[in-house]
Amino acid sequence: MKRFATLYQRLDRSTATLDKRAALVAYFREAPARDAAWALWLLAGNKIGGARARLAGSRELRTWIAEVSGTPDWLVDASYDQVGDLAETLALLLDDPHEAAEEMSLADWIESRLLPVANSSELERRDVVVEAWYTLPFAERFLFNKLLTGALRVGVSRGLVQQALAELSGVDIALIAQRMLGAWTPSPDFLAGLLSPDAQPGDTASPFPFFLASPLEQPADALGDIREWLLEWKWDGIRLQLIRRNGEVALWSRGEERLDGRFPEIEAAAQALPEDAVIDGELLVWTDGDAPQPFTALQTRIQRLKPGAKTLAQTPARLLVYDLLELAGEDMRRLPLAERRAHVAGLVGRLDDRRIALSPEVVAQDWADAAMLRHEARARGVEGLMLKRRSSVYQHGRKRGDWWKWKVDPLTIDAVLIYAQAGHGRRSTLHTDYTFGVWDGEALVPVAKAYSGLSDAEILELDRWIRQHTRERFGPVRSVAAEQVFELAFEAVNLSKRHKSGVAVRFPRILRWRKDKPPHEADQLDTLKALTR
Amino acid sequence: MHADLVQLRPEGLYCPAGDFHIDPWRPVPRAVITHGHSDHARSGMGTYHVTESGLPILLWRLGQQDYHAHPYGEAFTLGAARVSLHPAGHVLGSAQVRIEVDGEVWVAGGDYKRQPDPTCEPFEVVPCDVFITEATFGLPIYRWPDTAEVARDILEWRDECAAGGEAAIVYCYALGKAQRLLAEIGALDDQPVWLHGAMDPGVDIYRAAGAQLAPTRRVADAAKDESFAGRLVIAPPSAAGSPWLRRFRRAQQGFASGWMRIRGNRRRRNYDRGFVISDHADWPDLLRTVQETGARRIIATHGDTDALVRVLRDMGVDAGAFRTEFGGEET
Ligand SMILES: [Zn+2]
Ligand SMILES: [Zn+2]
Repeated sequence: MKRFATLYQRLDRSTATLDKRAALVAYFREAPARDAAWALWLLAGNKIGGARARLAGSRELRTWIAEVSGTPDWLVDASYDQVGDLAETLALLLDDPHEAAEEMSLADWIESRLLPVANSSELERRDVVVEAWYTLPFAERFLFNKLLTGALRVGVSRGLVQQALAELSGVDIALIAQRMLGAWTPSPDFLAGLLSPDAQPGDTASPFPFFLASPLEQPADALGDIREWLLEWKWDGIRLQLIRRNGEVALWSRGEERLDGRFPEIEAAAQALPEDAVIDGELLVWTDGDAPQPFTALQTRIQRLKPGAKTLAQTPARLLVYDLLELAGEDMRRLPLAERRAHVAGLVGRLDDRRIALSPEVVAQDWADAAMLRHEARARGVEGLMLKRRSSVYQHGRKRGDWWKWKVDPLTIDAVLIYAQAGHGRRSTLHTDYTFGVWDGEALVPVAKAYSGLSDAEILELDRWIRQHTRERFGPVRSVAAEQVFELAFEAVNLSKRHKSGVAVRFPRILRWRKDKPPHEADQLDTLKALTR
Repeated sequence: MHADLVQLRPEGLYCPAGDFHIDPWRPVPRAVITHGHSDHARSGMGTYHVTESGLPILLWRLGQQDYHAHPYGEAFTLGAARVSLHPAGHVLGSAQVRIEVDGEVWVAGGDYKRQPDPTCEPFEVVPCDVFITEATFGLPIYRWPDTAEVARDILEWRDECAAGGEAAIVYCYALGKAQRLLAEIGALDDQPVWLHGAMDPGVDIYRAAGAQLAPTRRVADAAKDESFAGRLVIAPPSAAGSPWLRRFRRAQQGFASGWMRIRGNRRRRNYDRGFVISDHADWPDLLRTVQETGARRIIATHGDTDALVRVLRDMGVDAGAFRTEFGGEET
């Protein structure tokens, strides 16, 4: 446990990526395999025992620490409010043990203490947790609490962990990333396979890591001759890999979830493909007409395993095909995009099924022409244009240079701050999670939550203002005086029955703090509704 | 029963029986000053009653004034009040103010701490009827580690910095914290510590008072090509982000303060390291002190007093708060 706590501390203290990577390499080199496998599991953002294992709820932990430390409940809550991080609050409320207990490894803590009591009675789970609190010194106690409360949030991306593992093992990072996709178990066997230079049985059954486009920051004409670029619409759906190997079909979302069973119409169409292939595309709900349905229609489908006939008829799915990663067992990713696209066009052309169709090329004479087309994006129900270099190979992760997304300018409204909540991690002592409302008659109805867009100085200033203008507190959430107006940007507005306001905004963020605007000049709900499509 | 011996007035804490103020924030004719931190010792008072060991600090901070210096524990008379000053353990010369009128005793604790500090007189428990306590760190999450342990951490960090060719810059307040750090570090290590210019007067005053500090050198006197790799440097927080930093080609920066107990505070200010050292009482010591004075009534000042007041009330103690203008500079 001590070794992992030290790693956590090094990662937490460092802001330099190189230092973090060095710390990871050192850890994975030295740690026993059982520990290293669990460390990888946790650093990749997974929970102990998976999503369903109940170890300790937030309320339980607060109750237990109140009992153990002799602190009244309200004072535990006030402390949590100040610290902003539950795992840390729990660690801070106790003194260190007088004598350090015997060191127990990370794997032992998890496998012989925590997992055996997962989902058992509160008393059994409490015993294990309290014993840890009494025996572990601060840094380890804090980390132990992090294991209970979920994500580590230590500023380490999956990519960085994979870089470290690639450096350590000499295995290509793309292969490591691929082996870490989908479901795996934190075992020494998995770790050994992950870092092995030899081909692994799973290597052929799993998806490829996705290649992601970066937002276009320079003017488009800086990209050079437009003929070197493939332009496509940026569809607002779910990025997906369709894998058909040995006649079996699997669907993988970019979130590395298998979507099998949720989109039977796509699976059925894929069965009819003339050859085995791995296809990269975008899943959309598309009835008839020229444009797909808004994202909200797709959301109702994602949640539904084995959809009925009615659902299939009302919200039929389509896969718009972007790219071809494998054909008849052969890895195509090193070929230039133009060639991959020619192959995939032939493949889906022979399939001749509109449920799996090529994402059409957008033809523009020059960049000015492309810019005009981009302005039509919202009316077409797309988010903008994708610009892909025709000679580009299929890389992995978000690498700049070859693939750009050129989004349409966002919609904006002026909204009033109505609730605030402390953020997580780095900003845990500040109120950085904001809820904004617009006017519906005399009342403000919440329409958007936003976490980003203010400078550090503005965040500090707003935090001070929030503390001084709190109306009511509901746990960590404060309602504040309706005085501060912010300009929000977002990608789209859809009608929604699940929201009290009747609308759902996509990707809201703060553009600026409108100190010049009185709250009554903020926008009306009707204005927002008029922007729906 | 007569009126309260100390009352909150717009200009500060006021003792009507003695017609004097304690650490006032606006000009008044007669002030009793607990210690030299800027939120407690301000200029513009008619006369200043201070401790003998605190006088050099006030001269540094406020210049020549009409000072009346008193040894610890020796009573003097102001109006109808018998007043004496007692060690508060906060910084060199810091005092609690004991006020006795007609057999009733009030003590204003000023800023205080109970942890050992080799550079100042240790806190003295002064029995009283009413105790005015600070509550700078008034939540149970504030529990201080052993200072020698923290000093060892700082040295270990300095050695890590040496390995990376970096200087180790610790920011801390120029009065009290800097000297305490120098004393704790000097007890473990004999390498010189480099000082920012703002640290000089305080360090000189402490040395003159007999404090045993680590050997020090001034950054201003360093040769142009001096490499600060692996050197410990002490600077005031105001130096963070200033052009003064340029002369350390590569450096890590740490902050020594009670606030560093919370990880978010360190990360928000972007310090590489936070060292938990405070010259204020932590939560357990606040509760202990309040009990040891035997006071039947407690008045809290400084910071977030709500939690302390509520806990004391739940324990059956008559507790309340004064909204003062203390807190701000030193923590
Ligand atoms: Zn002070
Ligand atoms: Zn103070």
